Amino acid sequence: MSSASLRPGGAAFNALRLGFGTLVVGFLLLPLVAILPLAFTDSVFLVYPISGPSMRWFGVLAESQAWTRAIVNSLIIGTGATIVATVIGTLAAMGLRRELVPFSGLLRSIFLLPMVVPAVVLGVGMQILYARMGLASSYLGVIIAHAVLCVPFVLVNVASSLASMDPALERAAASLGASPVEVFRNVTLPLAMPGILTGAVFAFATSLDEVVITLFVAGPNQTTLARQMFSSLRENISPAIAAAAFIIMILTFVLLLAVKGASLIGALRKKREISGL
Amino acid sequence: MREPDSFIHFKAISKVFGAITVVDALDFHVARGEFVSLLGPSGSGKTTLLMMLAGFETPSGGSIHVDGRRVEHLPPYKREMGVVFQNYALFPHMTISENVAFPLKMRGVARTERDTRVKRALDLVRLGHLADRKPSQLSGGQQQRIALSRALVYEPKVVLMDEPLSALDKQLREHMQLEIRALHRDLGLTVIFVTHDQGEALTMSDRVAVLNRGKIEQFDTPSGLYDRPRTRFVAEFIGETNLLAGRVAGRSGETATVALGTGASVTCDRGAAFETAQDVIVSVRPEMLHLVQDPGADNALPVTITDHVYHGDHIRLHLACGESHLVARAGRRDAAPPIGSKAFASFAPGDCSLVVP
Repeated sequence: MSSASLRPGGAAFNALRLGFGTLVVGFLLLPLVAILPLAFTDSVFLVYPISGPSMRWFGVLAESQAWTRAIVNSLIIGTGATIVATVIGTLAAMGLRRELVPFSGLLRSIFLLPMVVPAVVLGVGMQILYARMGLASSYLGVIIAHAVLCVPFVLVNVASSLASMDPALERAAASLGASPVEVFRNVTLPLAMPGILTGAVFAFATSLDEVVITLFVAGPNQTTLARQMFSSLRENISPAIAAAAFIIMILTFVLLLAVKGASLIGALRKKREISGL
Repeated sequence: MREPDSFIHFKAISKVFGAITVVDALDFHVARGEFVSLLGPSGSGKTTLLMMLAGFETPSGGSIHVDGRRVEHLPPYKREMGVVFQNYALFPHMTISENVAFPLKMRGVARTERDTRVKRALDLVRLGHLADRKPSQLSGGQQQRIALSRALVYEPKVVLMDEPLSALDKQLREHMQLEIRALHRDLGLTVIFVTHDQGEALTMSDRVAVLNRGKIEQFDTPSGLYDRPRTRFVAEFIGETNLLAGRVAGRSGETATVALGTGASVTCDRGAAFETAQDVIVSVRPEMLHLVQDPGADNALPVTITDHVYHGDHIRLHLACGESHLVARAGRRDAAPPIGSKAFASFAPGDCSLVVP
């Protein structure tokens, strides 16, 4: 093999890239591929080989008060946390750019802290705090706790979409007669929207997936889907868990698809406009 | 003090960033309908001055008056100025007509009137047919014209332009210069134009303020700057020049006699501002310098021709005069003297300027 083909663009380089890419994708996807078919087993055990296809475990989920409750809870808490985190994260990203605020670097780090602080530490802290504030075992408490975890995702996404925006645009709008509120509504917000939407999807997915903090702050009434899966794993390993995992994945997947679809439609529209030249 | 023709008045205006004084106590007037360029190298304070007028920077001292009213504490959206930015700053998520309609919408102009005025503003820059496109589908020159049209549509008191043509290629830039000049003339606009391109400032402006390190070196008409520079900076920054260092040997009225460092002596008609024994620099433009064989000609300096370079429309002669190096322009029909030959470089007393060293 000539060394020339190992350079970027060479045949060997491309083959190497393809091989490595396949490995990474496999590493990420195989666990999911392994568990998902078990959602459709007719056996009572979470084991291969699958004796026969069946939807019985989805039926179990639908009939079980605990599971349906968990799904509804996840939707309520996920939606609430997403709204709170999106509003706070978006405003934070807007306020923290351009270093208008003193200690903006420090403030940004504080907003991003929930990403690096161990969930257990956060959970213990929140549990103590909530007990004093009377927020323990309440929907509001869980929503706030999840929102704290979700804010960094929104902040990072909105910040990057603001960073790609020409700062002269807001100045132009102001010079053309737009008050700060009008500038925000007509220029900043629409241009930050892709970042806000992406951040919101990440926020929802994070909330859907969150177990540790939920264990600390949620009461029996706020059991989420992820937490329900976690506790039933300890009791009995039934294929109902695989079915629940399937539901979580479908939910997340649909969300991602929605965002992708929105940006795809936008790109298509742009393309059509350009070809209309 | 308010001069009768003062439409915009910068009064002792300063801007300090930390330890750096970017604009240093400037005081000048712009008349209604005037096209004024702020010209200077980067860091001279020209953009800061413009941004203070637009309302994006707050002066550290002094005041700005527009049409008799103090504006320096008004937010940008209350100043009624049309700003054209360097990179156009068209809103990417709006169509061209939405972009141009934006200032009207902000002012609550009714839809039907808005449509009429947008159409008129687009026709003004001859881009009416692009109304439904997005900015990304337009070329740089077209975007520039849309930015201009958007800044003009609400008939602002003043149009501010921050190096609006610097992103365009040379040919398009020259075309846009003519177009902006025509708009200025036809609409009677008051324009403040920031540029670092001296050619652009000379061709477009009624008057040019040459800025250097936060100070105005000279505020004059283009021909005033070129023919009668008052400082060394202006003489060197505007066009090309030959500088001859010397000392005033005597003066009678306007005419000063300068003893050059080379030992020669020259006379200059514009020496009223200088005293005897004062150090000065004589500035002579290359095209004012003529090669002659007669040592008795006006201000004849003995020179040796070191090189001549063909430039198509003219020939540049490089001359050695003692220690200093001079450049002269010769017409393309003139025979270039051979390299190494000796001659005299002569200029009329009225064709040079005395500047402060």
